[in-house]
Amino acid sequence: MNAFFADFIFFGAILSLAAYEAGLLIKKKFKLAVLNPLLIATVCVMAVLLLLKVEYQHYQEGAKYISYLLTPATVCLAVPLYEQLELLKRNLKAVAGGITAGVLSSLISVFLLAKLFSLNHEQYVTLLPKSITTAIGMGISEELGGIQTITVAVIIVTGILGNVIAEFVCKIFRIEEPIAKGLALGTASHAIGTAKAMELGKIEGAMSSLAIAVAGLLTVIGASVFANLM
Amino acid sequence: MNYLKQFTIILFVSFLGELLHIIVPLPIPASVYGLILMLLALCFGVLRLEQVKETADFLIEIMPVMFIPAAVGLLESWSALQPIFVPVVIITILTTVIVMGVTGQVTQFMIRKGKEGKKK
Repeated sequence: MNAFFADFIFFGAILSLAAYEAGLLIKKKFKLAVLNPLLIATVCVMAVLLLLKVEYQHYQEGAKYISYLLTPATVCLAVPLYEQLELLKRNLKAVAGGITAGVLSSLISVFLLAKLFSLNHEQYVTLLPKSITTAIGMGISEELGGIQTITVAVIIVTGILGNVIAEFVCKIFRIEEPIAKGLALGTASHAIGTAKAMELGKIEGAMSSLAIAVAGLLTVIGASVFANLM
Repeated sequence: MNYLKQFTIILFVSFLGELLHIIVPLPIPASVYGLILMLLALCFGVLRLEQVKETADFLIEIMPVMFIPAAVGLLESWSALQPIFVPVVIITILTTVIVMGVTGQVTQFMIRKGKEGKKK
């Protein structure tokens, strides 16, 4: 390992920001959904760390100041939600129904697939909170006796995957209503999906923010019930 | 437009979220408490939209960047993930598509049904 990078607190932050800028440029140039800036940035940073033999811990020294903003940014998701409050009130039933159906389908499909692959209880509960926001998911995984590091990894991958395939999935399932698109993104792929929803439009973004909170809270209850099934 | 004041308010709400997270023994993160508190504050007029708007929009816009460090952290959990890699990948892809499809379809169906009901 290269100890040279241990002394910098700006290295990790610059690397992340520059990689994201590169991701934005590449996306602008080729306009393909797979060329997602977050995905490109992640791969670039990983490549640089591996090539220069930088330890993750040393990268984190600088990068943690970027993650620091995540909580305030999530709090701010209340702002677009507030701006769309009227729309939410008008469609309250559809919104509640959609998110509940989404959370149930997540728990049921994880249960069935875990059975299919004959995973053990520990592996099963590790995957149960995979669609919800990292902080809640980690807590659930710990509570139910899962492997936290894997839960976090799977949640992040789910988020990036959802972000990348969203437009494609909406096309196949003929999801056209902005409210439906937003809820689908937020329920399936939490805050990383919401970043995509924000790009699609204001309504999509607001609904996706709402879904993060509601789906997360519903999963706290749902996962503890489903954990007893296997 | 006073960015520092807006940022202070947002951080303060985040802090209140942290406080709730410590007091209430549920696996709900500070950020979700904060989101709910911010929404309530706006709804009940404790805060006005223009007291947080510009900084909130900026933070939301740069949000994807904030996930990079955690995503790069996959490098660290690779050894724990390796033994169940194939089933985990299949489960992740399938469930993500299923949840997205189901949520979107159900919401859309109920919205359109509601619209038809109003027409009649």
